[in-house]
Amino acid sequence: MTDAAIATTATGRSTWERLRSHRDWMGFWFMLPAAGILILFLAYPLGLGVWLSFTDAKIGRSGSFIGLENYDWLSDDKIFWGSVFFTLFYTIFASIVKFALGLYLALLLNKNLPMKALLRSIVLIPYIVPTVLSAIAFWWIYDSSFSIISWSLIKLGLIDNYINFLGDPWNARWCLVVANIWRGVPFVAITLLAGLQTVSPSLYEAATIDGASRWQNFRFVTYPLLTPIIAVVMTFSVLFTFTDFQLIWAMTRGGPVNATHLMATLSYQRAILGGNLGEGAAIATAMIPFLLAAIMFSWFGLQKRKWQQGGDND
Amino acid sequence: MASVDIRDVRKAYGATAVIHGVNVDIKDGEFVVLVGPSGCGKSTLLRMIAGLENITGGQISIGGRVVNDVPPKERDIAMVFQNYALYPHMTVYDNMGFSLKLRKADKAEIEKRVSQAADILGLKPLLERYPRQLSGGQRQRVAMGRAIVRNPQVFLFDEPLSNLDAKLRVAMRTEIKELHQRLKTTTVYVTHDQIEAMTMADKIVVMHDGIVEQIGAPLDLYDRPDNMFVAGFIGSPAMNFLRGKLGSENGRSVFKSDSGLSLPIARAPAASDGKPVVLGVRPEHLATNGDGAAVNVVVVEPMGSETQVVAKTGDQEMICLFRDRVMPSPGETIRIACDPNLVHLFDPDSGKTLAA
Ligand SMILES: Nc1ncnc2c1ncn2[C@@H]1O[C@H](COP(=O)(O)OP(=O)(O)O)[C@@H](O)[C@H]1O
Ligand SMILES: [Mg+2]
Repeated sequence: MTDAAIATTATGRSTWERLRSHRDWMGFWFMLPAAGILILFLAYPLGLGVWLSFTDAKIGRSGSFIGLENYDWLSDDKIFWGSVFFTLFYTIFASIVKFALGLYLALLLNKNLPMKALLRSIVLIPYIVPTVLSAIAFWWIYDSSFSIISWSLIKLGLIDNYINFLGDPWNARWCLVVANIWRGVPFVAITLLAGLQTVSPSLYEAATIDGASRWQNFRFVTYPLLTPIIAVVMTFSVLFTFTDFQLIWAMTRGGPVNATHLMATLSYQRAILGGNLGEGAAIATAMIPFLLAAIMFSWFGLQKRKWQQGGDND
Repeated sequence: MASVDIRDVRKAYGATAVIHGVNVDIKDGEFVVLVGPSGCGKSTLLRMIAGLENITGGQISIGGRVVNDVPPKERDIAMVFQNYALYPHMTVYDNMGFSLKLRKADKAEIEKRVSQAADILGLKPLLERYPRQLSGGQRQRVAMGRAIVRNPQVFLFDEPLSNLDAKLRVAMRTEIKELHQRLKTTTVYVTHDQIEAMTMADKIVVMHDGIVEQIGAPLDLYDRPDNMFVAGFIGSPAMNFLRGKLGSENGRSVFKSDSGLSLPIARAPAASDGKPVVLGVRPEHLATNGDGAAVNVVVVEPMGSETQVVAKTGDQEMICLFRDRVMPSPGETIRIACDPNLVHLFDPDSGKTLAA
């Protein structure tokens, strides 16, 4: 058909007819439900949260617009800055260790070990136990008078007094990082294991014949082939850690003296327990730039590498 | 370059033995093809030469040095894998230069050797591409390039052409043979395709169920197979086997098949009247002949240069390959004969060739 012919048939129908049948609009109609759900359940709450951060809303009172006053207030708030510090500390340390341990475990589990399937399921246990349950277990392990760690160390004659795990600010911080690592390692390990299993064994054989040692096999074959999946798993790991709430809330509730508040727990405490919705919303909104930064980072990490592009002739 | 000696080599995975004592002598510069049906242990043997599998028993030496306990990288061999095993995250150049890089060769040296190999294989325009951006044939060539760059003592190939289409396979076959004539590096080449074996090898090793059936030059195996397995495996279409007995007619030795077909033979084993035997005759050695034995035509397949006729005698099918353009119709009876010097006789129990 020529352009003219298309034009005449097109104008022959009503606009609605055209909207109903045109290819591009068809796409639009199909996307509408998904867009609706996203707007209703993601964009609206997010927008509402950001809006609340500009008001002095309290529980039971809708509040009025007060501009940046909440943020102004927060900028002088030592507890807020303490929570920013601890959130970063917690995220960075836990993520690095989770990555290292997870990769190590994945490499180990990828070998031909006896009872491979059993070992793989054991590794998953920390991940399937409900967070609150594992938090309570850790709470018990770290208890100031019943801690099994203190008890064993005393029996071994290494220390004289029970360690005040959760009562001392730095002890508490490290304890929480350890608990988070314990919970997060399985996710990293199993995902990386899945990635490792996609690497064809003949690549290792080729590299071995080419003269690569075990380390060089890892450095030049395994690691580069694993980078795409590392980018995915670490993005998720960082996001989960940054927005963690349950573990902290169950173990320390941000104490002692607010030393272990994450931004998420502080926000909850101010907004829901303290009733200052506006201020809590401001703290939560302050998390957004950090999260955006993490997402940007992963966006670049997830870009298809040059070697992944091009036709696949297999 | 080096010779390779395989002495009574055995391989078992746990309790399952897959190679039962194999002996092969490979001379310096020789092109040896290991051929056999799938699962007969060709790859396993090759991987033992490469050092990718432990040797359960026996001894392998390369260039006079026993390598049983030498790790692959010190054996000075290069291997081309069936799936090419190119590193997907490296360019063609880096793939080819990887072994030199690991050996800490300097940049200029790597550059020189890679571009030499690329010249030989016509890979110059592709050096900056990634494996995904190459066609199957180009990948195959890169895999060979990676082997050539190392200038090893021995090349090992494991079914390098089986992922290519038929036409490319024929072209690469010639190319690999040319390459060998040029580099003269000792080569062990594994394939399940007897045509590849026949066309490329200086020496063929026919394997079956973990043992060597026969070793010899391509035409030796074709003309003088040691047993029914080799006779049936080498040559295409495969040799016809007819069960029957030896006898004599008018003072001449003949073979009488169970179906009543009677074919003259040149030399019968001594004192063999009435002895049950299997007669083997290649399709291409059968010709139409008015005085020959009568068979019934089942299917006719003209191919231009020759005509393939599937015929029946009793309940046994025979394949005949005629050079002349005969066009019998199915169901018709034709008469065929063959040169009595070109038939083979086998012992029906052991499958071994009967000495005349
Ligand atoms: N890792 C293994 N474990 C157990 N059996 C194996 C293993 N690798 C190969 N085999 C067996 O060894 C025999 C020979 O295999 P292979 O050398 O790959 O045959 P092919 O001649 O087709 O290359 C086969 O029967 C195969 O099942
Ligand atoms: Mg094989």
